[in-house]
Amino acid sequence: MGIFDKFQKLAETRQALEKNSSEFFNVVIEEVVSPTEVVINGRSVLLAGGNNYLGLTLNAECIRAACQATQKEGTGTTGSRVANGTFSGHVALEQELSEFFGRRKTIIFSTGYIACLAMLSTLVGRGEVILLDADCHASIYDGCWMGGADVIRFRHNDVYDLEKRLRRLEKRKTNVLIVVEGLYSMMGDRAPLADIAALKRRYGAYLLIDEAHSLGVLGETGRGLAEEAGVEDSVDFIVGTFSKSLGATGGFCTGNHPEFDLVRYGSRAYIFTASSSPSIIASTRMALKILRSQPELRHRLWNHANLLYQRLKDLGFSLGPTPSPIIAICCEDPGKTAEIWKGLLDRGIYVNMVLPPATPDGKALLRCSLSSSHTREQVEKIGDAFASLRQII
Amino acid sequence: MLSDRELFEQIIAILGPLAKDGSEITANTDLVADLSLDSLKVMEVLVEIEDRFDISVPINIISDIRTVRDLVLQIQKLLAEGD
Repeated sequence: MGIFDKFQKLAETRQALEKNSSEFFNVVIEEVVSPTEVVINGRSVLLAGGNNYLGLTLNAECIRAACQATQKEGTGTTGSRVANGTFSGHVALEQELSEFFGRRKTIIFSTGYIACLAMLSTLVGRGEVILLDADCHASIYDGCWMGGADVIRFRHNDVYDLEKRLRRLEKRKTNVLIVVEGLYSMMGDRAPLADIAALKRRYGAYLLIDEAHSLGVLGETGRGLAEEAGVEDSVDFIVGTFSKSLGATGGFCTGNHPEFDLVRYGSRAYIFTASSSPSIIASTRMALKILRSQPELRHRLWNHANLLYQRLKDLGFSLGPTPSPIIAICCEDPGKTAEIWKGLLDRGIYVNMVLPPATPDGKALLRCSLSSSHTREQVEKIGDAFASLRQII
Repeated sequence: MLSDRELFEQIIAILGPLAKDGSEITANTDLVADLSLDSLKVMEVLVEIEDRFDISVPINIISDIRTVRDLVLQIQKLLAEGD
C-alpha cells in the first residue's frame, strides 16, 4: 500500500467534480480591481464570496499604514512572540482590542485558525470538558483534538439539547467550557446567545464565543453577537479574526479573568510560530480604528444583506433561517449545485461552493458573502444572475 | 442495568438506518469500511447514543473505534463509570 492510497476517495470526488465544473479547482485571482471586483481567467468577476465585510482590504489608510510599517520595521519579525517577535505594534494592537471590547487582556495570534487552536487546546485540559455546538468551525474542532479535555457536542443552536448535556455533567464537578459562534460561517445564522449565557450562569460553566464572522458586523458598535445580545458580561472569552472585517490575517482572544495572560505561556500554538509581520499589525490597527469610527460601513453592509436575502427568498431558493451578510443557498444535489456555481461564474459572479462534509446536514451550499464595498447595482446583479439560473433547482 | 446483549441490540438499532440496502450489522462491522460513515456521521451517532442511554460520550473516543464491537465496549465502559 502506497502512502497516497488513502487519498483515493478524495481523488474520485475531485474527478467527479471536475467533470461538471473544472473551474472549481482553478480559481486563480489574476488581478484585484477593487474589494469586490477581480480578474479570473482574463475575465472581470464580481466577488460575492469574499468575507470582506467592510471592504477594508484596499482601504488607502490601511495600505499606507502597512507600507510605512514595512519600511520602518521590515517584512517580518522572524521570531515567536515569546522570543524576538514582540514588537511595540503587537502590544499596542492587544491594548487597542482590549479597550474596544472593554476587557482586561487580549492575546493576538498569527491567524484566526491558530487563535482557536491555541485557546481550545490550552484553556481546558484533562478531566475538564468542552461542550461545543455541532456546527462549530474546523479550527475549533482541531483545537479540541489537540487538547486533552473531553469534548461533547450539542445539536446546533439547540438550547434544550445543551441544557440536557450540562445537567448530565453536573455530577462531574469539573470545569465546563461552552463554545459557540457569533455568526455560523456556512449558514450565516446566529447562536441563541442570551439563552446560552443564561444556562452558562445557571450551571456555573465558562463561555467562549468565536466572533470571526460577526466582528464589525453585529452589535451597536460592531463588537459582535455578545454585544447585540446584551450578554457581554456573561461571555468569558471572545475569539476573533483579522481576516474578515479587518481585511488582513491574524486572530485574537480577549478576556477579563486576571490570570488570562498565562495562556500565552501554556499554548504551543502561540509559542511555536512566528508573530505577525509589522505590515499586518499596522493595517489591522488602522482597520480597527475605521471599524470603530465608521458605523456607516456596517449599516451599508446590512442594507445589502437584507436586499439580497429578500430577492433570493422571493425567487424561492432555500436559504439560511435569517438574513445576514452570509447568505447560504441550500441545494440537495451536488451536481446541480456545481451547475449553478459554474453558471454564476459564466455570468461574472463568484460565490463559494461548499460540499459535504464541510457543510451542516450533508447539504451542498452556494454561499454568498456581501461587502459594504458592493454597490446596490452589484447586489442587484448578483440577484439577477441567481434569477437566470433558478430553473436548475 | 443493561445486559451486554441489550446494549449491543440498542446500538445496532441506532446504526441500522445507516446500513446500506439494509445489510446486516454485526459486532465485526467496520463503521468506515462497511457502513461508509465519515467522522461527522460517527459524531452524530454518539449524540444519539448519549440521549438513548442518558450519558455523556466524549467524541475523543472516536480514535479508539473501528468496529461496532469497539463502539459497544466504549459505551459499556462509560456506563460502568456511571457517567
